Amino acid sequence: MSDIVIRTRGLGRDFKSVTALDDLSIDVPAGIVFGFLGPNGAGKTTTIRLLLGLLEPSRGRAEVLGFDTRTEASRIRASSGALLEHTGLYERLSAEDNLEFYGRIARLSAPERSARIRELLTHFGLWDRRGEAAGKWSRGMKQKLAVARALLARPRLIFLDEPTAGLDPVAAASLREDLASLAAREGTTVFLTTHNLDEAERLCRRVAVIRAGRLLAEGPVEDLRRGESAPAIEIRGRDFGPAAVERLRGLAGITGLAETPGGLIITWAGEVRTAEAVRVLVESGASVEEVLNRRPTFEDAFLKLVKDETTEES
Amino acid sequence: MLRDVMTIIWKEGKELLGQKGRFKGGKTGMLIFLAVFGILMPLQNGPAWISSPLAMLYWAWIPILLASGVVADAFAGERERHTLETLLASRLPDRAILAGKIGAAVLYGWGLTVICVLAGAIALTVVHGHGKILFYPLPIAAGIVGATLLVAVFGSALGVMISLRAATVRQAQQVFSVAFLVLLVPLFALPMLPPSVKAWLAARVGTIDFKMIGIAAAGVLAAGDVLLIFIADRRFRRSRLILD
Repeated sequence: MSDIVIRTRGLGRDFKSVTALDDLSIDVPAGIVFGFLGPNGAGKTTTIRLLLGLLEPSRGRAEVLGFDTRTEASRIRASSGALLEHTGLYERLSAEDNLEFYGRIARLSAPERSARIRELLTHFGLWDRRGEAAGKWSRGMKQKLAVARALLARPRLIFLDEPTAGLDPVAAASLREDLASLAAREGTTVFLTTHNLDEAERLCRRVAVIRAGRLLAEGPVEDLRRGESAPAIEIRGRDFGPAAVERLRGLAGITGLAETPGGLIITWAGEVRTAEAVRVLVESGASVEEVLNRRPTFEDAFLKLVKDETTEES
Repeated sequence: MLRDVMTIIWKEGKELLGQKGRFKGGKTGMLIFLAVFGILMPLQNGPAWISSPLAMLYWAWIPILLASGVVADAFAGERERHTLETLLASRLPDRAILAGKIGAAVLYGWGLTVICVLAGAIALTVVHGHGKILFYPLPIAAGIVGATLLVAVFGSALGVMISLRAATVRQAQQVFSVAFLVLLVPLFALPMLPPSVKAWLAARVGTIDFKMIGIAAAGVLAAGDVLLIFIADRRFRRSRLILD
């Protein structure tokens, strides 16, 4: 098998006059967590549906695990797991029966099913409550059960659509940890859609950013962060009066200057000239207490990407 | 394929037997139904209950009554509870899902009907048998089993077909009720016929060959079953189900 698990070329989908996805061309390598990021309504869920062959593309093509989504969708679904927009759990069935059902669908033998269900429920800390109806569980527990279901048949690829959406921070962190360890342990490729940038940064080796159905960027998280964010420093102190700020604006290379409570954030176009900025402030009567190098975050890069695109459109 | 169909039926059965708080479906509901239609009514009617050919007409409606309680849930329920997309994202073939849904409703409607039929004979034997086993004459027993199966398939296929496109269970139930009423229109129309037509019909009743009528009705029902399953199969499109 090729080491590219998902390959799309010019993939697009329209719903009447609305273009939900346009000209998507990406390659997802095997064995990584691939983040598919974008704001709400960006086309993330539509992309997953197209990749699973649940929707027909309006144009372009996609191959998943070497199978064409138009003609071999059933083979794709047979080799992949999915946690879609909703958990998809049968709330009247017990947790164990939910997994039993999907184990039967995956044609696992009875002993295999039993062992795998035990293994996954134990891993997620749900084994002791396996007999309870899934509908009685908390959202976090349901989400874990749905992830367990997606992993049940040891698929080569799993699609996770906003897996931590709506979870409290503790449950989200725990689920992220489980996902990372399971993906690493089982060698599964994970196609993860999220608008949680922190989550993407922690889990994903590569990401693609889409907005309004269009791909804005694709690559390793670190490259996107470096490529899209200007270097900046944060100076904390007192007495940053209008005169000091005005003098700072006059310095060459400064592209942005934002006042924060108790300080300033200065963005540079090229070389960061911290000493010069501090000197100007001190000469203007300000007291400088701390200077921090602001490492551009992935969120900065993401917001810049999305903002640039919005500006271009307008 | 058969294994996949059985998997769907297994899940439907688990959901049906596990549900609480609903009259139709669930173990309690089934027991109440069995008590009323399998024991109480036969005992009220006495031994004539099993010897009259009219029993076939009575039992023929029961599978639809039973199936109507579960069949609307087939796809509309999965859609309403957000489980449909995950099911469609599995490796199950379209036809296995469809056949499993219809099969589960048939098994429930027809299976419980047959159990009620047998329970009626047992109850009558216990109360009126005086040491003898009372049972339906063979042609009537075969007629009941065959007619209820055909009706169960008809009701289930119709219900599943409606459920495929319905947004909610309630909507599916409403459409199913209307469809059922439409099927009963000929019965409601009988009293409204002109007296001359009624007299002509009454004169004909005496000469009717009920055996032939039964065979013809079974033929029409079987054709209806095949047609409904064919239409349901044509309407089952994963992308439509997702977008609906």
